[in-house]
Amino acid sequence: MLAAPQPLHAPDGFLSPAIALAMWALTAIVVAIAVRRVSRTLDERAVPLLGVMAAFIFAAQMFNFPVAGGTSGHLLGGVLAAVLLGPWGGTLVMACVVGVQALVFQDGGLVVMGANIFNMGVVGTLGGYALYRAVAAVAGGEARMRVPAAAIAAWASVVAAAALMAVELALSGTTDLAIALPAMLGVHMLIGVGEGLITAAALGFIAGTRADLLTIARGGAS
Amino acid sequence: MTAAAARASRSWIWVALAVSAVIAVLASVFASSDPDGLERVAEDTGFLERAQGALYEILPDYTIPGVEGTPSTALAGIAGIALVFVLMLALSRVLARRR
Repeated sequence: MLAAPQPLHAPDGFLSPAIALAMWALTAIVVAIAVRRVSRTLDERAVPLLGVMAAFIFAAQMFNFPVAGGTSGHLLGGVLAAVLLGPWGGTLVMACVVGVQALVFQDGGLVVMGANIFNMGVVGTLGGYALYRAVAAVAGGEARMRVPAAAIAAWASVVAAAALMAVELALSGTTDLAIALPAMLGVHMLIGVGEGLITAAALGFIAGTRADLLTIARGGAS
Repeated sequence: MTAAAARASRSWIWVALAVSAVIAVLASVFASSDPDGLERVAEDTGFLERAQGALYEILPDYTIPGVEGTPSTALAGIAGIALVFVLMLALSRVLARRR
């Protein structure tokens, strides 16, 4: 038995071909928009930050932390990526990480790769980021409220991703929504706390050491 | 910008990559091997057996084939860090030039 880590992402077979294809189509559209938006706004000085974020999120996703009841969770990183890179740069980074995990590390299926990129990436980089902006605006501005707003959005993005996965499983006929939804929400409300803490710690560390990096890649992409 | 200043302003990249590599090595030793959230739900609600195996394997489940235990996972993790860094750097460079 290997110590760690183990396959974490949805394997092929969990989703029906129709649902997997629909999620692939949705993901392809979002990634295409992200490529266009990033190519219009990305400053050359920000290029290394996208590479570094992909490296960090890949590494952090390997680190499963224990939550209650013999279950583990790991960072997704979508909100962290979007807060630093903007929603579209963050989307590209998440697609890159989840794609490499499936293609090279056999973590997550190929047929369900679109769903995995959408659930674990886009939900955070677009949905989580929108929530982050809203919370920061209401709470007193992004400059002052960056870390707490990101932590709240990070938690919510994990819960939302879990709910979406439950809906996809139910639509696929894999399981009943009445069973999958409460089960997925219950465990991911705990895992989300880890997401919030890691996201806050990473942003706090960057703010304390190289605050200029917080906004270098945001450009006009916010 | 002087050469020294340019080096200093880029040193954070190596620091961040080193931190990522340390996280991967620590994960190879300390990461929980309990099933994750989705796998736990799949097990409890009885659809885990629907999981299909991979079509092919390169570095399956974060291991280097033929290398055993913790070093296998640590090395696979570092390889993954290098791969996503280079891929994302190359893609971003191309996109930044198109601006």
